Amino acid sequence: MKAKVYVTLKPGVLDPQGKAIHHSAELLGFEKIGDIRQGKYFEITLDQGLSAKEALETAEKIAKDVLANPVIEDFSVIIDETAAEAA
Amino acid sequence: MKFGVLVFPGSNCDHDAYHVLSKHVGQPVDFIWHRQTDLSGYDAVIVPGGFSYGDYLRAGALARFSPVMKAVKEFAAEGKFVFGICNGFQILCEAGLLPGALMRNNNLHFVCKHVNLRVENNRTPYTDEITEAKVLSIPIAHADGNYVCDDETFQSLEENGQIVFRYCDENGEITADSNPNGSRSNIAGICNLDRNVLGMMPHPERACEELLGSNDGREIFRSLAGSIEALAA
Repeated sequence: MKAKVYVTLKPGVLDPQGKAIHHSAELLGFEKIGDIRQGKYFEITLDQGLSAKEALETAEKIAKDVLANPVIEDFSVIIDETAAEAA
Repeated sequence: MKFGVLVFPGSNCDHDAYHVLSKHVGQPVDFIWHRQTDLSGYDAVIVPGGFSYGDYLRAGALARFSPVMKAVKEFAAEGKFVFGICNGFQILCEAGLLPGALMRNNNLHFVCKHVNLRVENNRTPYTDEITEAKVLSIPIAHADGNYVCDDETFQSLEENGQIVFRYCDENGEITADSNPNGSRSNIAGICNLDRNVLGMMPHPERACEELLGSNDGREIFRSLAGSIEALAA
């Protein structure tokens, strides 16, 4: 079982890296881009014995305590029950 | 009086802080490895600059889980002095000892240069030997020094005199051009409500000798030493 954690900047928090990426994309000729914001993605492999609910609670706690800084970031968690444990 | 300088894997300004405290403040100093959990016997702890844990995840984010940080929190709660410089400031924000966060510089550059700082509050243990509104020349060296906080936090920082240093021009004017990283309201350093925890992005330990271009940093360390002495008296 895998937890997929997305950490994104809160709306309104300036993202200079996202802006620079946006600018580069425009230089490549991509048009009609409203905005690009950079975030982080984590995959957490969890024990198969956990229920989906336990897995979600565990991953949310890790995201809240470690992966995201609540001052500037939000997070969301998706549990993938079909993913096999890492070898 | 005894100072401790924390050492995390990746700290690189620990020796500078040690040098300044022993040579220019003239007080005993110990290095404190991050796995140590006992801070008894110390009056002040410096959380030095560097790249603890390689800045993995976010600058300062992983250092806050080092064993010594639990002791640092208790130490601060007892009213003892905790002084975070650069990466140390980032660590103190991540650990919740200071409000707000430090993000990537708005210009995306690693900025390494002398800047001017205005002393916004000289009624703190770190600045009480400095004239208010004095302009200090102290270097910065960071990529993540862009101070961010919400409106409510900013208002309480202002109302409670917790903004200790702001980036300014050579005349002490707070201007957009003198802001090197996009920090909210040119904030360069803040303290907690009780004034015993200070964090700042500029490096006063690199500005304690004329040979290095400025010795304005001494005034901060000497104010702190004076405050420790006054407490003991």
